[in-house]
Parts: sequence; structure tokens; C-alpha cells
Amino acid sequence: MITCREVTRLISEGHDRRLSLSERIGVRLHLMMCNGCRNFDAQLRLIRKACQRLANGEAPLDPRER
Amino acid sequence: MRPPASGSPPSDDPAPETYRDYLYRFAVLQLRDPHLAEDAVQETLLAAVTAKSRFAGRSSAKTWLTGILKHKIADLVRKQSRETPLADAIRVEAVRESDEFDALFRQNEHWSSPPRDWGNPERALENKHFWDALEDCATLMSPAVARVFMMREIQGLSTEEICKEVGISTTNCWVMLHRARMSLRLCLEQKWLGDGAGGA
Ligand SMILES: [Zn+2]
Repeated sequence: MITCREVTRLISEGHDRRLSLSERIGVRLHLMMCNGCRNFDAQLRLIRKACQRLANGEAPLDPRER
Repeated sequence: MRPPASGSPPSDDPAPETYRDYLYRFAVLQLRDPHLAEDAVQETLLAAVTAKSRFAGRSSAKTWLTGILKHKIADLVRKQSRETPLADAIRVEAVRESDEFDALFRQNEHWSSPPRDWGNPERALENKHFWDALEDCATLMSPAVARVFMMREIQGLSTEEICKEVGISTTNCWVMLHRARMSLRLCLEQKWLGDGAGGA
């Protein structure tokens, strides 16, 4: 099984390039068994989503708006 | 990608000036230069006033203004990349990656302190503390890491485009982005969730 360190690198790179089939399988197998990396994956997805909102002008950056 | 919000004719929107604070914070986050950010906002508001008639309620005023500002920021970042190249700094940072990450993992390369569950993502995105923390944490990134991260995540450039503009290898680019994300999530876990549990 690939290590957490390797998996986190691949999860991050998956946001920037298409992972190979074997990389994707490796990550998926690891995630099934590792809570920490599952959380890492979810965290990166949230960060990306937040950045997209920011880029679309949908982020509450100004406290007076809330 | 969601379609732009329909309706809302421009007359219902507050004046562009209302968004000055927001636009400034958006700009300074990416440019890291108060004067440059100020200028970009000023130009955006000016462009908004002259273009007001062409803005026929295609999206919210805020989204529209952000779009204008994003173009100005992209130009300025390109200029920054030429005038103050970060390629050397980025190469140094990329090498430092391994040291910095050593503390996160045990000898066997598994987590020493595993990432926590941040709860429902939609709830996080509705949470003002989350956004405050994100802004703080983005500001804490080193300039080299931040430039690459913002190009990728806010300006939406591909890694190939970033490499070309900044003058680094694709591998360095991936390393930088990974570092940026890792430091951002570590910082968010501290600033947003603190030592307690639970997101909201
Ligand atoms: Zn793991």
C-alpha cells in the first residue's frame, strides 16, 4: 500500500493534472482504509471550492455584508 | 460552474463604490501590495462606472466587479512576475518541502497528526469564521507560494501556463501547489477549528 505522504501528494496533484490509472487506484484503495487521508481529500476539495467562490465574487470577504 | 444569477437589473444593485472594501481585500490577497491593490480597485471602479450601461443584469454586481478586477490583477501579476521574478525563491522553497513535511509524517510515512474531519463543506462555506480564517491563512503564505497558488486557484491558470509565466518546471509547480494547500489546511485547522472540535 502507498503511504499517507505519497497519497497526499497524489491527491494534491490530482487537482492540477490527470492522475494515471494506477495512481488513481492506489489513492482509492488507500482512502478506503485511511481516515486521515480521507479528511485530507475532503479538506482540499473544500479549499478548492472556497477559492472558486472567491474567484466568482461569491465570498463574504467584507464583514459588513454578513 | 453555476450559471450566472438571472434577474437583478443593475438599478437594484448598490453602487459599485459599495464594494470598494471587498474588492480591495480581494486584490491585496493576490497582489500583496497595498498600493498596487488600491490602484487596481480604483481602475475597476472607474471601468465599472463607464461600462454600467453594458452591464444588463447578467450577474450580480459583485460578481461582475470581481470579473473586471480579476483581469486587472492578472495583468499586474504578469508584470510582477517580470519585474520581481520568484523563480529562484520558488526553487529554494520547493527543496525545503521535504524538511517541512517531515514533521507531519512518522518514519513510516503515515500521519503523525492526521487531518481532522471538517464537517459538512456547505456549512463551512456559510461560516464567516471559515472565510476570515482562509483570508488570514492565505496572507500568511510566503510570497512565492502565494503567487503560484493564487494563479492556479483564483485566476484559474493551468500549471503549464504558470510554469511559463513564472519560469519554473512543472514538477516545481506541483510541489509549490501541494505545499500551499498543505500549509493552508494546517493553518485553517488551527485558526478556524482551534483546539476544540467541530466546524460551526
Ligand atoms: Zn493515509
